[in-house]
Amino acid sequence: MRSLMFAMTTLMVIGLAFWAYRENYRTQEAQTRAERLQVEIGEARQRLRVLNAEWAYLNRPDRLMDLVEINFDRLGLLPLQPHQFGRIDQVAYPAPLLPITNSVDVSNLEQLP
Amino acid sequence: MIRTPLRPLARVLDARSRGENPDAIERENIRLRHEEMSDRARRRAEGRLLVLAVMFFCAFGVIGGRMAVLARTEPAEPRTSLAGADIFAQRADIVDREGRILATNFDTYSLYAQPQMMVDPATAVEKLVAIFPDLDRKRLLNNFTGTRKFLWIKRKMSPEQQQAVHDIGEPGLLFGPREMRLYPNGRLAAHVLGGAGFGREGVHAAEVVGVAGIEKFYDERLRDPARSNEPLVLSLDLSVQAAMERVLLGGMKIMNAKGAAGILMEVRTGEVLAVASLPDFDPNDRPALPVTGRPDDSPLFNRAVQGVYELGSTFKVFAVAQALDLGLVTPDTIINTKTPMTWGKFRIHDFRNYGPEQTVTNVIVKSSNVGTARIAMEIGGVRQRSFLEKLGFMEQSPLEITEAAGSKPLVPAKWSELSTMTISYGHGLSISPMHLAAAYATLVNGGRRVTPTLVHDRSHGPGDRVISEQTSAAMRKMLREVVSHGTASLGEVPGYAVGGKTGTADKPRINGKGYEKEKVLSTFASIFPSYDPKYVLVVSLDEPVETSGDEPRRTAGWTAVPVGAEIIRRVAPLLGLRPEIEPGELAVITQASN
Repeated sequence: MRSLMFAMTTLMVIGLAFWAYRENYRTQEAQTRAERLQVEIGEARQRLRVLNAEWAYLNRPDRLMDLVEINFDRLGLLPLQPHQFGRIDQVAYPAPLLPITNSVDVSNLEQLP
Repeated sequence: MIRTPLRPLARVLDARSRGENPDAIERENIRLRHEEMSDRARRRAEGRLLVLAVMFFCAFGVIGGRMAVLARTEPAEPRTSLAGADIFAQRADIVDREGRILATNFDTYSLYAQPQMMVDPATAVEKLVAIFPDLDRKRLLNNFTGTRKFLWIKRKMSPEQQQAVHDIGEPGLLFGPREMRLYPNGRLAAHVLGGAGFGREGVHAAEVVGVAGIEKFYDERLRDPARSNEPLVLSLDLSVQAAMERVLLGGMKIMNAKGAAGILMEVRTGEVLAVASLPDFDPNDRPALPVTGRPDDSPLFNRAVQGVYELGSTFKVFAVAQALDLGLVTPDTIINTKTPMTWGKFRIHDFRNYGPEQTVTNVIVKSSNVGTARIAMEIGGVRQRSFLEKLGFMEQSPLEITEAAGSKPLVPAKWSELSTMTISYGHGLSISPMHLAAAYATLVNGGRRVTPTLVHDRSHGPGDRVISEQTSAAMRKMLREVVSHGTASLGEVPGYAVGGKTGTADKPRINGKGYEKEKVLSTFASIFPSYDPKYVLVVSLDEPVETSGDEPRRTAGWTAVPVGAEIIRRVAPLLGLRPEIEPGELAVITQASN
């Protein structure tokens, strides 16, 4: 009985040691991964910053104005004018999709007395 | 334990037989017993002290050991915390109210040299000069071959240039990473942004510090690491600013002016949507401060905020507003406008004769100096001064740029009766166009004091009351009439019910003696739409001449007003204002019960 208990205890110590060893390495691996991700996030943020700056640079009003002038033939863009504001009742109803053919004039169906 | 009896019978009997006192035996025994007890107690106390000492020793040992370990270990960032991930820029971005970038950071490299590590300085100099033509060949060679151990060559450079320098293959040329401030929109809002430069510099990093404008004013906040990923949101609107600068530049050229300033401000909050001063500069490459010539001719000079000018007739509305508010006049009161008006040895003239008398409204509409001076005399200097003080004309503009500190108005040392009269039509008190814009906003927004600001913040409360709601309504009507049939008739923009007041002020001579004959500063302060003002626009042209007619015209009605109208035409749709038919005069409705 005693020897069995000794054997069990030894096995348990070995098992726990193995578990601790594995957890240790897994933790280190996770930390390394986290560090790598941090670096990647940093790089991505830096790239994002550069792209944002480039976006702002490419969309600067001066450049857009020049592009509008170069492409005036095709686009014909002009500054927004006050008269371009419309009202909803200025918009015409869309035309009916299907023209009605062979319509029946219902008003004549009624027999007049 | 066997206790010794205190009175052992044997010894007592023995003592009795010898005729001694047996009590002595008892006392002796008690003494012995007490000695034994105190010995035991001392031993126990000593033991306890020892245990305590050991424990203290261990505790201090642990603390000391821990301190030694901490002192000897290399500092390392915690590997698993996420705290560091938020900080990604040295300096916070600046964006406009829509979130469009006005200033951001950019990673680049600086170039420095360590001449003692150089292999072939002469070739390196040749190749460097080929890459950077602005370098001085001779000085560079002297530096490379001299005793210097270290020198900066370029503060910042482009990736292409860096590659070219790298290709020289000289081990003595080294790169240091730099974060530089980038203004992607170039000249846009240059005077607001100011610019940034390098502060303390090291090989591996350099401080980016603001040198002017809002960059310098908010330097601390922009550099605060805790808020570095939280952009500073300005009240400016990029597209409105661009449109205004463009129109203003065109107007300045057409009117042959040497400078121009424009301010567009929200009437209720005082938020500045666009502010321009021409000529301007590129904040990416800020020019050096001028050493010769007048400082206000430099492109660095901010005419909208730094420049204090006598703004002429635009001041007349303040005298009239105060008189209305005090109940001294109504818009229909008749004022004597016989010109010239003589006061002591001074004479006050009108631009032309407007007849012997006019209503108060017409004094503004026709812009009569004499009429305004008479109204001001009724108000009196003391009341006039305190009113102008309430409008903020006695202190520098609170705008959040460093240049605003230079906008201290020029106030006459002695506020005489003559000052009262001249100030009423805009001479003798110099303020910046920014002051004027804020004061106009105050007059027309219902009478609440407006503080100009560049920071977009929706939490502006209403300011102190300066004039009453009724006076404000009367002023709006008067300003509208100036445009509909007065001196600013070219300012009409269909659908926007522009109201405003012109001002043409002779420029003071540089030597301070009298005024120039042919040089004026023409200003148009306008509001739109005047029945429910949303925005104030102030346009100011420096020395404009309009030469399309037979004779050159310099008055604001011919110069600043058309430019202002064009700005409103361009900017109002961008602001989302739809043109509307001006509500007419309401028919008088009599309220009656029953």
